[in-house]
Amino acid sequence: MGVVVDNAGQYLAGMAMTVALTLVSFSAALVIGTVVAAFRVSPVPPLRTAGTLWVETVRNTPLTVLMVLFFFGFTKLGIQYSAFTSAVIVLSAYTSTFVAETVRSGINAVAKGQAEAARSLGLTFPQVLGRVVLPQAFRTVLAPLGSVFIALIKNSSIASIISVVELTEVADRLNNETARPVAVFLGAGMAYLLLTLPSGFLVGVLERRVAIKR
Amino acid sequence: MLADALGPRGRRRVRLVSVGAMAVIAAVLVIAFRRLADTGQLDAARWEPLTEGAVIRFLLNGLLATLQVASVAMALAMVIGAALALGRLARTPVLRLVAGAYVEFFRGFPLLLLVLFAGLALPKYGLDLPVFWYLVLALVVYNSAILGEIFRAGILSLDKGQTEAAHALGFSYWQAMLTVVVPQAARRMVPAIVSQLITLLKDTSLGFVIAFPELLRRARNTGEFYQNPLQSYFAAALLYILVNLVLSRVARRLEIRQRRRYGAGAITVAGAEDLTVTAVQAEAANPRARSRRAPASRSQWTRWNTWWWPAARPAQR
Repeated sequence: MGVVVDNAGQYLAGMAMTVALTLVSFSAALVIGTVVAAFRVSPVPPLRTAGTLWVETVRNTPLTVLMVLFFFGFTKLGIQYSAFTSAVIVLSAYTSTFVAETVRSGINAVAKGQAEAARSLGLTFPQVLGRVVLPQAFRTVLAPLGSVFIALIKNSSIASIISVVELTEVADRLNNETARPVAVFLGAGMAYLLLTLPSGFLVGVLERRVAIKR
Repeated sequence: MLADALGPRGRRRVRLVSVGAMAVIAAVLVIAFRRLADTGQLDAARWEPLTEGAVIRFLLNGLLATLQVASVAMALAMVIGAALALGRLARTPVLRLVAGAYVEFFRGFPLLLLVLFAGLALPKYGLDLPVFWYLVLALVVYNSAILGEIFRAGILSLDKGQTEAAHALGFSYWQAMLTVVVPQAARRMVPAIVSQLITLLKDTSLGFVIAFPELLRRARNTGEFYQNPLQSYFAAALLYILVNLVLSRVARRLEIRQRRRYGAGAITVAGAEDLTVTAVQAEAANPRARSRRAPASRSQWTRWNTWWWPAARPAQR
Protein backbone atom coordinates (compact mmCIF):
# COMPACT_ATOMS: atom_id res chain seq x y z
CA MET A 1 0.00 0.00 0.00
CA GLY A 2 3.08 2.19 0.20
CA VAL A 3 2.72 3.02 -3.47
CA VAL A 4 -0.75 4.41 -2.88
CA VAL A 5 0.33 6.58 0.06
CA ASP A 6 3.37 7.87 -1.83
CA ASN A 7 1.20 8.86 -4.77
CA ALA A 8 -1.80 10.08 -2.81
CA GLY A 9 -1.64 13.37 -4.71
CA GLN A 10 -2.12 11.64 -8.04
CA TYR A 11 -4.97 9.58 -6.66
CA LEU A 12 -6.68 12.70 -5.35
CA ALA A 13 -6.25 14.44 -8.69
CA GLY A 14 -7.69 11.35 -10.37
CA MET A 15 -10.64 11.34 -8.02
CA ALA A 16 -11.25 15.02 -8.68
CA MET A 17 -11.28 14.29 -12.41
CA THR A 18 -13.66 11.37 -11.95
CA VAL A 19 -15.97 13.58 -9.88
CA ALA A 20 -15.79 16.35 -12.48
CA LEU A 21 -16.58 13.94 -15.32
CA THR A 22 -19.47 12.46 -13.37
CA LEU A 23 -21.04 15.73 -12.25
CA VAL A 24 -20.79 17.51 -15.59
CA SER A 25 -22.00 14.48 -17.53
CA PHE A 26 -24.85 13.80 -15.14
CA SER A 27 -26.10 17.38 -15.29
CA ALA A 28 -26.08 17.27 -19.08
CA ALA A 29 -27.65 13.79 -19.09
CA LEU A 30 -30.46 14.99 -16.81
CA VAL A 31 -31.33 17.79 -19.22
CA ILE A 32 -31.06 15.69 -22.40
CA GLY A 33 -32.79 12.73 -20.78
CA THR A 34 -35.72 14.82 -19.58
CA VAL A 35 -36.16 16.38 -23.01
CA VAL A 36 -36.03 12.94 -24.66
CA ALA A 37 -38.56 11.61 -22.15
CA ALA A 38 -40.84 14.56 -22.95
CA PHE A 39 -40.43 13.77 -26.66
CA ARG A 40 -41.39 10.17 -26.05
CA VAL A 41 -44.65 11.05 -24.30
CA SER A 42 -45.57 13.96 -26.58
CA PRO A 43 -48.42 13.57 -29.07
CA VAL A 44 -46.16 14.54 -31.98
CA PRO A 45 -45.24 11.36 -33.92
CA PRO A 46 -41.88 12.54 -35.35
CA LEU A 47 -40.68 13.57 -31.89
CA ARG A 48 -41.78 10.27 -30.39
CA THR A 49 -39.95 8.35 -33.10
CA ALA A 50 -36.82 10.44 -32.71
CA GLY A 51 -36.85 9.89 -28.94
CA THR A 52 -37.29 6.14 -29.27
CA LEU A 53 -34.54 5.88 -31.89
CA TRP A 54 -32.13 7.84 -29.70
CA VAL A 55 -32.78 5.67 -26.66
CA GLU A 56 -32.74 2.32 -28.44
CA THR A 57 -29.60 2.90 -30.48
CA VAL A 58 -27.42 4.65 -27.91
CA ARG A 59 -28.42 2.43 -25.01
CA ASN A 60 -27.68 -0.76 -26.93
CA THR A 61 -24.22 0.31 -28.04
CA PRO A 62 -21.42 -0.43 -25.57
CA LEU A 63 -20.04 2.72 -23.98
CA THR A 64 -16.55 1.70 -25.10
CA VAL A 65 -17.71 1.63 -28.73
CA LEU A 66 -19.35 5.06 -28.40
CA MET A 67 -16.17 6.42 -26.85
CA VAL A 68 -13.82 5.24 -29.61
CA LEU A 69 -16.35 5.98 -32.34
CA PHE A 70 -16.63 9.56 -31.18
CA PHE A 71 -13.01 10.17 -30.34
CA PHE A 72 -11.28 8.30 -33.16
CA GLY A 73 -14.07 8.12 -35.76
CA PHE A 74 -15.67 11.56 -35.65
CA THR A 75 -12.31 13.30 -35.99
CA LYS A 76 -12.51 12.19 -39.61
CA LEU A 77 -15.57 14.43 -39.90
CA GLY A 78 -13.61 17.32 -38.50
CA ILE A 79 -15.46 16.97 -35.17
CA GLN A 80 -12.62 17.22 -32.74
CA TYR A 81 -12.68 18.07 -29.06
CA SER A 82 -10.29 17.64 -26.17
CA ALA A 83 -10.31 14.25 -24.47
CA PHE A 84 -12.23 15.63 -21.47
CA THR A 85 -14.92 17.30 -23.59
CA SER A 86 -15.26 14.19 -25.74
CA ALA A 87 -15.63 12.01 -22.67
CA VAL A 88 -18.28 14.34 -21.26
CA ILE A 89 -20.20 14.33 -24.54
CA VAL A 90 -20.15 10.55 -24.83
CA LEU A 91 -20.94 9.91 -21.16
CA SER A 92 -23.84 12.39 -21.22
CA ALA A 93 -25.25 10.91 -24.42
CA TYR A 94 -25.04 7.38 -23.05
CA THR A 95 -26.41 8.25 -19.62
CA SER A 96 -29.18 10.41 -21.09
CA THR A 97 -30.86 7.27 -22.47
CA PHE A 98 -31.06 5.74 -18.99
CA VAL A 99 -32.27 9.01 -17.51
CA ALA A 100 -34.93 9.27 -20.24
CA GLU A 101 -36.30 5.80 -19.53
CA THR A 102 -36.31 6.44 -15.81
CA VAL A 103 -38.05 9.82 -16.09
CA ARG A 104 -40.59 8.32 -18.49
CA SER A 105 -41.53 5.72 -15.91
CA GLY A 106 -41.90 8.50 -13.35
CA ILE A 107 -44.20 10.38 -15.71
CA ASN A 108 -46.33 7.29 -16.19
CA ALA A 109 -46.55 6.79 -12.45
CA VAL A 110 -48.10 10.21 -11.81
CA ALA A 111 -51.84 9.85 -11.23
CA LYS A 112 -53.88 10.44 -14.35
CA GLY A 113 -56.15 12.89 -12.53
CA GLN A 114 -53.25 15.31 -12.07
CA ALA A 115 -52.85 15.77 -15.80
CA GLU A 116 -56.58 15.88 -16.37
CA ALA A 117 -57.02 18.52 -13.71
CA ALA A 118 -54.19 20.59 -15.17
CA ARG A 119 -55.65 20.28 -18.63
CA SER A 120 -59.09 21.28 -17.49
CA LEU A 121 -57.58 24.40 -15.92
CA GLY A 122 -56.44 25.38 -19.39
CA LEU A 123 -52.77 24.47 -19.28
CA THR A 124 -51.10 23.46 -22.54
CA PHE A 125 -49.13 20.25 -22.94
CA PRO A 126 -45.74 21.82 -22.17
CA GLN A 127 -47.26 23.50 -19.11
CA VAL A 128 -48.95 20.32 -17.93
CA LEU A 129 -45.72 18.41 -18.28
CA GLY A 130 -43.35 21.05 -16.94
CA ARG A 131 -45.39 22.43 -14.06
CA VAL A 132 -47.57 19.63 -12.88
CA VAL A 133 -46.32 16.23 -13.97
CA LEU A 134 -42.52 16.42 -14.11
CA PRO A 135 -42.03 17.87 -10.61
CA GLN A 136 -43.99 14.94 -9.21
CA ALA A 137 -42.35 12.46 -11.56
CA PHE A 138 -38.84 13.41 -10.44
CA ARG A 139 -39.71 12.85 -6.83
CA THR A 140 -40.91 9.31 -7.56
CA VAL A 141 -37.84 8.25 -9.50
CA LEU A 142 -35.15 9.61 -7.18
CA ALA A 143 -33.88 6.15 -6.24
CA PRO A 144 -33.55 4.83 -9.81
CA LEU A 145 -31.89 8.11 -10.84
CA GLY A 146 -29.44 7.64 -7.98
CA SER A 147 -28.72 4.19 -9.35
CA VAL A 148 -28.00 5.69 -12.76
CA PHE A 149 -25.70 8.23 -11.08
CA ILE A 150 -23.69 5.52 -9.31
CA ALA A 151 -23.43 3.56 -12.55
CA LEU A 152 -22.10 6.75 -14.17
CA ILE A 153 -19.35 7.09 -11.55
CA LYS A 154 -18.21 3.60 -12.53
CA ASN A 155 -18.73 4.19 -16.25
CA SER A 156 -16.57 7.32 -16.16
CA SER A 157 -13.58 4.94 -15.90
CA ILE A 158 -14.04 4.25 -19.61
CA ALA A 159 -12.81 7.79 -20.31
CA SER A 160 -9.35 6.39 -19.58
CA ILE A 161 -9.49 4.70 -23.00
CA ILE A 162 -9.14 8.13 -24.57
CA SER A 163 -6.51 9.10 -21.95
CA VAL A 164 -8.51 11.35 -19.68
CA VAL A 165 -6.45 11.26 -16.50
CA GLU A 166 -9.12 10.09 -14.07
CA LEU A 167 -8.78 7.39 -11.41
CA THR A 168 -8.44 4.38 -13.68
CA GLU A 169 -5.92 6.12 -15.91
CA VAL A 170 -3.96 7.21 -12.83
CA ALA A 171 -3.86 3.58 -11.67
CA ASP A 172 -2.87 2.34 -15.12
CA ARG A 173 -0.02 4.84 -15.36
CA LEU A 174 1.19 4.19 -11.81
CA ASN A 175 1.17 0.49 -12.59
CA ASN A 176 3.38 1.10 -15.60
CA GLU A 177 5.80 3.16 -13.50
CA THR A 178 5.96 1.10 -10.34
CA ALA A 179 4.99 -2.39 -11.53
CA ARG A 180 3.01 -2.93 -8.32
CA PRO A 181 -0.37 -3.77 -9.83
CA VAL A 182 -2.11 -5.21 -6.76
CA ALA A 183 -1.56 -2.19 -4.53
CA VAL A 184 -2.10 0.30 -7.33
CA PHE A 185 -5.40 -1.14 -8.59
CA LEU A 186 -6.68 -1.89 -5.12
CA GLY A 187 -6.00 1.73 -4.19
CA ALA A 188 -8.02 2.93 -7.16
CA GLY A 189 -10.80 0.49 -6.31
CA MET A 190 -10.95 1.87 -2.77
CA ALA A 191 -11.08 5.39 -4.14
CA TYR A 192 -14.09 4.40 -6.27
CA LEU A 193 -15.78 2.89 -3.23
CA LEU A 194 -15.14 6.19 -1.43
CA LEU A 195 -17.21 7.84 -4.16
CA THR A 196 -19.93 5.24 -4.75
CA LEU A 197 -20.79 4.32 -1.16
CA PRO A 198 -21.44 7.90 0.07
CA SER A 199 -23.39 8.58 -3.13
CA GLY A 200 -25.65 5.65 -2.35
CA PHE A 201 -26.07 6.97 1.18
CA LEU A 202 -26.86 10.51 -0.01
CA VAL A 203 -29.44 9.22 -2.46
CA GLY A 204 -31.06 7.35 0.40
CA VAL A 205 -31.22 10.49 2.55
CA LEU A 206 -32.55 12.58 -0.32
CA GLU A 207 -35.16 9.97 -1.06
CA ARG A 208 -36.44 9.90 2.50
CA ARG A 209 -36.70 13.69 2.41
CA VAL A 210 -38.60 14.32 -0.79
CA ALA A 211 -39.66 11.10 -2.45
CA ILE A 212 -43.31 10.22 -2.89
CA LYS A 213 -43.96 6.55 -2.30
CA ARG A 214 -46.51 5.14 -4.69
CA MET B 1 -63.69 8.24 -24.67
CA LEU B 2 -64.19 11.14 -27.00
CA ALA B 3 -63.30 13.45 -24.15
CA ASP B 4 -59.75 12.20 -24.52
CA ALA B 5 -59.52 12.69 -28.27
CA LEU B 6 -58.12 15.87 -29.74
CA GLY B 7 -60.43 18.44 -31.15
CA PRO B 8 -59.93 19.93 -34.61
CA ARG B 9 -57.74 22.70 -33.25
CA GLY B 10 -55.62 20.27 -31.27
CA ARG B 11 -55.17 18.04 -34.30
CA ARG B 12 -54.18 21.03 -36.40
CA ARG B 13 -51.59 22.07 -33.86
CA VAL B 14 -50.14 18.58 -33.62
CA ARG B 15 -49.87 18.51 -37.38
CA LEU B 16 -48.14 21.89 -37.38
CA VAL B 17 -45.62 20.86 -34.73
CA SER B 18 -45.08 17.55 -36.56
CA VAL B 19 -44.17 19.37 -39.74
CA GLY B 20 -41.82 21.65 -37.82
CA ALA B 21 -40.16 18.73 -36.06
CA MET B 22 -39.79 16.85 -39.31
CA ALA B 23 -38.18 19.90 -40.91
CA VAL B 24 -35.67 20.15 -38.06
CA ILE B 25 -34.87 16.42 -38.23
CA ALA B 26 -34.47 16.62 -42.01
CA ALA B 27 -32.16 19.62 -41.64
CA VAL B 28 -30.00 17.75 -39.13
CA LEU B 29 -29.81 14.75 -41.48
CA VAL B 30 -28.89 16.95 -44.43
CA ILE B 31 -26.14 18.66 -42.44
CA ALA B 32 -24.82 15.29 -41.26
CA PHE B 33 -24.73 13.90 -44.78
CA ARG B 34 -23.13 17.08 -46.10
CA ARG B 35 -20.46 16.73 -43.46
CA LEU B 36 -19.91 13.09 -44.35
CA ALA B 37 -19.72 13.88 -48.04
CA ASP B 38 -17.49 16.94 -47.65
CA THR B 39 -14.94 15.03 -45.60
CA GLY B 40 -14.96 12.16 -48.06
CA GLN B 41 -16.41 9.69 -45.58
CA LEU B 42 -19.14 8.62 -47.98
CA ASP B 43 -16.63 7.62 -50.65
CA ALA B 44 -17.15 4.10 -51.87
CA ALA B 45 -13.47 3.34 -51.21
CA ARG B 46 -14.05 3.70 -47.47
CA TRP B 47 -17.10 1.50 -47.32
CA GLU B 48 -16.02 -1.10 -49.85
CA PRO B 49 -13.72 -3.06 -47.50
CA LEU B 50 -16.74 -3.71 -45.28
CA THR B 51 -18.43 -5.57 -48.13
CA GLU B 52 -15.51 -7.90 -48.75
CA GLY B 53 -16.04 -11.49 -47.67
CA ALA B 54 -12.75 -11.65 -45.77
CA VAL B 55 -13.49 -8.50 -43.77
CA ILE B 56 -17.03 -9.57 -43.00
CA ARG B 57 -15.74 -12.94 -41.83
CA PHE B 58 -13.08 -11.19 -39.73
CA LEU B 59 -15.68 -9.01 -38.00
CA LEU B 60 -18.20 -11.81 -37.57
CA ASN B 61 -15.49 -13.95 -35.96
CA GLY B 62 -15.00 -11.02 -33.59
CA LEU B 63 -18.71 -11.08 -32.84
CA LEU B 64 -18.42 -14.81 -32.25
CA ALA B 65 -15.58 -14.24 -29.76
CA THR B 66 -17.73 -11.59 -28.06
CA LEU B 67 -20.63 -14.02 -27.78
CA GLN B 68 -18.33 -16.78 -26.51
CA VAL B 69 -16.86 -14.60 -23.79
CA ALA B 70 -20.33 -13.40 -22.84
CA SER B 71 -21.84 -16.88 -22.61
CA VAL B 72 -18.96 -18.46 -20.69
CA ALA B 73 -18.77 -15.50 -18.30
CA MET B 74 -22.55 -15.45 -17.83
CA ALA B 75 -22.71 -19.17 -17.05
CA LEU B 76 -19.91 -18.96 -14.48
CA ALA B 77 -21.21 -15.72 -12.96
CA MET B 78 -24.66 -17.25 -12.49
CA VAL B 79 -23.24 -20.21 -10.57
CA ILE B 80 -21.11 -18.01 -8.33
CA GLY B 81 -23.89 -15.45 -8.01
CA ALA B 82 -26.28 -18.17 -6.83
CA ALA B 83 -23.74 -19.32 -4.27
CA LEU B 84 -23.28 -15.71 -3.09
CA ALA B 85 -27.02 -15.16 -2.74
CA LEU B 86 -27.46 -18.37 -0.74
CA GLY B 87 -24.43 -17.40 1.32
CA ARG B 88 -25.87 -13.98 2.15
CA LEU B 89 -29.13 -15.56 3.23
CA ALA B 90 -27.51 -18.44 5.11
CA ARG B 91 -27.84 -18.80 8.85
CA THR B 92 -24.11 -19.09 9.44
CA PRO B 93 -22.77 -15.59 10.26
CA VAL B 94 -19.38 -16.29 8.68
CA LEU B 95 -20.96 -17.21 5.36
CA ARG B 96 -23.16 -14.12 5.47
CA LEU B 97 -20.20 -11.90 6.22
CA VAL B 98 -17.94 -13.31 3.50
CA ALA B 99 -20.62 -13.27 0.80
CA GLY B 100 -21.80 -9.81 1.86
CA ALA B 101 -18.29 -8.37 1.82
CA TYR B 102 -17.61 -9.83 -1.64
CA VAL B 103 -20.81 -8.42 -3.12
CA GLU B 104 -20.50 -4.96 -1.57
CA PHE B 105 -16.86 -4.73 -2.54
CA PHE B 106 -17.04 -5.74 -6.18
CA ARG B 107 -20.40 -4.13 -6.94
CA GLY B 108 -18.89 -0.69 -6.49
CA PHE B 109 -15.85 -1.46 -8.63
CA PRO B 110 -15.65 -0.20 -12.20
CA LEU B 111 -15.34 -3.24 -14.44
CA LEU B 112 -12.52 -1.64 -16.44
CA LEU B 113 -10.34 -1.63 -13.34
CA LEU B 114 -10.94 -5.36 -12.89
CA VAL B 115 -10.18 -6.05 -16.55
CA LEU B 116 -6.91 -4.12 -16.30
CA PHE B 117 -6.06 -5.89 -13.07
CA ALA B 118 -6.74 -9.33 -14.56
CA GLY B 119 -4.85 -8.56 -17.74
CA LEU B 120 -1.86 -6.77 -16.21
CA ALA B 121 -1.43 -8.06 -12.66
CA LEU B 122 -2.25 -11.74 -12.90
CA PRO B 123 0.40 -12.61 -15.53
CA LYS B 124 2.96 -10.98 -13.28
CA TYR B 125 2.04 -13.29 -10.45
CA GLY B 126 2.56 -16.41 -12.51
CA LEU B 127 -1.02 -16.98 -13.61
CA ASP B 128 -0.40 -17.50 -17.31
CA LEU B 129 -3.69 -17.86 -19.16
CA PRO B 130 -4.97 -17.03 -22.62
CA VAL B 131 -6.36 -13.46 -22.74
CA PHE B 132 -9.82 -14.97 -23.15
CA TRP B 133 -9.76 -16.17 -19.55
CA TYR B 134 -8.49 -12.88 -18.12
CA LEU B 135 -11.47 -11.15 -19.66
CA VAL B 136 -13.85 -13.89 -18.51
CA LEU B 137 -12.39 -13.74 -15.01
CA ALA B 138 -12.93 -9.99 -14.68
CA LEU B 139 -16.46 -10.25 -16.05
CA VAL B 140 -17.29 -13.13 -13.71
CA VAL B 141 -15.98 -11.39 -10.61
CA TYR B 142 -18.01 -8.25 -11.28
CA ASN B 143 -21.18 -9.86 -12.62
CA SER B 144 -21.36 -12.54 -9.94
CA ALA B 145 -21.66 -9.72 -7.40
CA ILE B 146 -24.49 -8.08 -9.36
CA LEU B 147 -26.22 -11.40 -10.08
CA GLY B 148 -25.84 -12.32 -6.41
CA GLU B 149 -27.84 -9.20 -5.56
CA ILE B 150 -30.46 -10.03 -8.18
CA PHE B 151 -30.84 -13.56 -6.83
CA ARG B 152 -31.04 -12.34 -3.28
CA ALA B 153 -33.68 -9.77 -4.16
CA GLY B 154 -35.61 -12.46 -6.03
CA ILE B 155 -35.54 -14.83 -3.08
CA LEU B 156 -36.52 -12.09 -0.64
CA SER B 157 -39.39 -11.00 -2.88
CA LEU B 158 -41.11 -14.32 -2.29
CA ASP B 159 -43.83 -14.44 0.35
CA LYS B 160 -42.58 -15.63 3.72
CA GLY B 161 -45.51 -18.01 3.97
CA GLN B 162 -43.83 -20.25 1.43
CA THR B 163 -40.87 -20.93 3.69
CA GLU B 164 -43.09 -21.22 6.76
CA ALA B 165 -45.34 -23.73 5.03
CA ALA B 166 -42.34 -25.78 3.98
CA HIS B 167 -40.98 -25.74 7.53
CA ALA B 168 -44.39 -26.73 8.87
CA LEU B 169 -44.28 -29.75 6.56
CA GLY B 170 -40.99 -30.74 8.16
CA PHE B 171 -38.60 -29.52 5.46
CA SER B 172 -35.14 -28.58 6.64
CA TYR B 173 -33.73 -25.09 5.88
CA TRP B 174 -31.92 -26.21 2.74
CA GLN B 175 -34.75 -28.47 1.59
CA ALA B 176 -37.17 -25.57 1.87
CA MET B 177 -34.77 -23.20 0.16
CA LEU B 178 -33.87 -25.46 -2.75
CA THR B 179 -37.18 -27.20 -3.44
CA VAL B 180 -39.70 -24.50 -2.53
CA VAL B 181 -38.20 -21.01 -2.55
CA VAL B 182 -35.57 -21.04 -5.28
CA PRO B 183 -37.73 -22.60 -8.03
CA GLN B 184 -40.39 -19.93 -7.52
CA ALA B 185 -37.96 -17.07 -7.09
CA ALA B 186 -36.05 -18.11 -10.22
CA ARG B 187 -39.02 -17.21 -12.41
CA ARG B 188 -39.16 -13.70 -11.05
CA MET B 189 -35.49 -13.18 -11.73
CA VAL B 190 -35.51 -14.16 -15.38
CA PRO B 191 -36.10 -10.66 -16.83
CA ALA B 192 -33.44 -9.14 -14.60
CA ILE B 193 -31.01 -11.88 -15.59
CA VAL B 194 -31.57 -11.31 -19.30
CA SER B 195 -31.13 -7.60 -18.75
CA GLN B 196 -27.86 -8.20 -16.91
CA LEU B 197 -26.80 -10.41 -19.82
CA ILE B 198 -27.19 -7.38 -22.10
CA THR B 199 -24.94 -5.34 -19.83
CA LEU B 200 -22.39 -8.16 -19.74
CA LEU B 201 -22.45 -8.45 -23.51
CA LYS B 202 -21.79 -4.73 -23.87
CA ASP B 203 -19.03 -4.97 -21.27
CA THR B 204 -17.15 -7.65 -23.23
CA SER B 205 -16.03 -4.74 -25.41
CA LEU B 206 -13.62 -3.88 -22.58
CA GLY B 207 -11.54 -6.81 -23.86
CA PHE B 208 -10.40 -4.06 -26.24
CA VAL B 209 -7.98 -2.71 -23.60
CA ILE B 210 -6.20 -6.03 -23.00
CA ALA B 211 -5.97 -6.85 -26.72
CA PHE B 212 -8.53 -9.62 -26.77
CA PRO B 213 -9.68 -9.95 -30.40
CA GLU B 214 -13.41 -9.43 -29.84
CA LEU B 215 -15.66 -7.38 -32.11
CA LEU B 216 -14.46 -3.91 -31.09
CA ARG B 217 -10.78 -4.82 -31.25
CA ARG B 218 -11.27 -6.32 -34.69
CA ALA B 219 -13.15 -3.25 -35.84
CA ARG B 220 -10.15 -1.20 -34.78
CA ASN B 221 -7.83 -3.50 -36.73
CA THR B 222 -10.01 -3.12 -39.79
CA GLY B 223 -10.15 0.63 -39.35
CA GLU B 224 -6.39 0.90 -39.08
CA PHE B 225 -5.73 -1.38 -42.02
CA TYR B 226 -8.13 0.24 -44.45
CA GLN B 227 -7.85 3.77 -43.02
CA ASN B 228 -11.57 3.85 -42.33
CA PRO B 229 -12.01 3.96 -38.52
CA LEU B 230 -15.36 5.74 -38.72
CA GLN B 231 -16.89 3.12 -41.00
CA SER B 232 -15.41 0.17 -39.11
CA TYR B 233 -16.53 1.36 -35.68
CA PHE B 234 -19.90 2.14 -37.18
CA ALA B 235 -20.20 -1.45 -38.42
CA ALA B 236 -19.24 -2.77 -34.99
CA ALA B 237 -21.80 -0.52 -33.30
CA LEU B 238 -24.45 -1.78 -35.69
CA LEU B 239 -23.70 -5.41 -34.85
CA TYR B 240 -23.83 -4.71 -31.10
CA ILE B 241 -27.13 -2.86 -31.47
CA LEU B 242 -28.63 -5.71 -33.47
CA VAL B 243 -27.77 -8.36 -30.89
CA ASN B 244 -28.76 -6.20 -27.94
CA LEU B 245 -32.05 -5.10 -29.47
CA VAL B 246 -33.11 -8.72 -29.76
CA LEU B 247 -32.07 -9.42 -26.17
CA SER B 248 -33.76 -6.31 -24.77
CA ARG B 249 -37.00 -7.20 -26.57
CA VAL B 250 -36.83 -10.60 -24.90
CA ALA B 251 -36.14 -9.04 -21.50
CA ARG B 252 -39.04 -6.66 -21.87
CA ARG B 253 -41.48 -9.35 -23.00
CA LEU B 254 -40.51 -11.57 -20.08
CA GLU B 255 -40.87 -8.71 -17.64
CA ILE B 256 -44.32 -7.74 -18.88
CA ARG B 257 -45.51 -11.33 -18.82
CA GLN B 258 -44.19 -11.78 -15.34
CA ARG B 259 -46.01 -8.69 -14.14
CA ARG B 260 -49.25 -9.88 -15.63
CA ARG B 261 -48.90 -13.27 -13.99
CA TYR B 262 -47.58 -12.47 -10.56
CA GLY B 263 -48.15 -8.75 -10.29
CA ALA B 264 -44.64 -8.65 -8.92
CA GLY B 265 -42.36 -5.69 -9.45
CA ALA B 266 -39.12 -5.89 -11.34
CA ILE B 267 -35.93 -6.58 -9.47
CA THR B 268 -33.46 -3.73 -9.49
CA VAL B 269 -29.96 -3.40 -8.17
CA ALA B 270 -28.38 -0.11 -7.21
CA GLY B 271 -25.63 0.99 -9.58
CA ALA B 272 -26.77 -1.22 -12.45
CA GLU B 273 -28.28 1.02 -15.09
CA ASP B 274 -29.81 -1.56 -17.44
CA LEU B 275 -31.68 -3.22 -14.61
CA THR B 276 -33.26 0.08 -13.70
CA VAL B 277 -34.38 0.48 -17.26
CA THR B 278 -36.00 -2.94 -17.63
CA ALA B 279 -38.04 -2.23 -14.54
CA VAL B 280 -38.95 1.13 -15.97
CA GLN B 281 -40.02 -0.19 -19.36
CA ALA B 282 -42.20 -2.83 -17.82
CA GLU B 283 -43.85 -0.18 -15.74
CA ALA B 284 -44.53 1.98 -18.75
CA ALA B 285 -46.03 -1.01 -20.51
CA ASN B 286 -48.13 -2.09 -17.58
CA PRO B 287 -48.50 0.62 -14.95
CA ARG B 288 -51.43 -1.11 -13.29
CA ALA B 289 -49.28 -3.77 -11.73
CA ARG B 290 -47.61 -1.17 -9.63
CA SER B 291 -50.25 1.38 -8.84
CA ARG B 292 -53.23 -0.99 -8.69
CA ARG B 293 -55.52 1.72 -9.94
CA ALA B 294 -58.55 1.29 -12.14
CA PRO B 295 -57.65 -0.48 -15.36
CA ALA B 296 -56.49 1.92 -18.02
CA SER B 297 -58.21 1.04 -21.22
CA ARG B 298 -55.86 3.04 -23.39
CA SER B 299 -52.19 2.68 -24.03
CA GLN B 300 -49.91 5.06 -22.23
CA TRP B 301 -49.18 7.36 -25.06
CA THR B 302 -52.76 7.83 -26.13
CA ARG B 303 -53.38 8.96 -22.61
CA TRP B 304 -50.65 11.51 -23.06
CA ASN B 305 -51.96 12.38 -26.41
CA THR B 306 -54.91 14.02 -24.80
CA TRP B 307 -52.86 16.56 -22.90
CA TRP B 308 -51.60 18.45 -25.79
CA TRP B 309 -53.91 21.37 -25.59
CA PRO B 310 -56.82 22.24 -23.35
CA ALA B 311 -60.02 20.66 -24.54
CA ALA B 312 -61.38 22.68 -27.39
CA ARG B 313 -64.91 21.52 -26.83
CA PRO B 314 -66.89 19.93 -24.04
CA ALA B 315 -66.64 16.20 -23.51
CA GLN B 316 -69.01 14.04 -25.48
CA ARG B 317 -70.14 10.61 -24.53
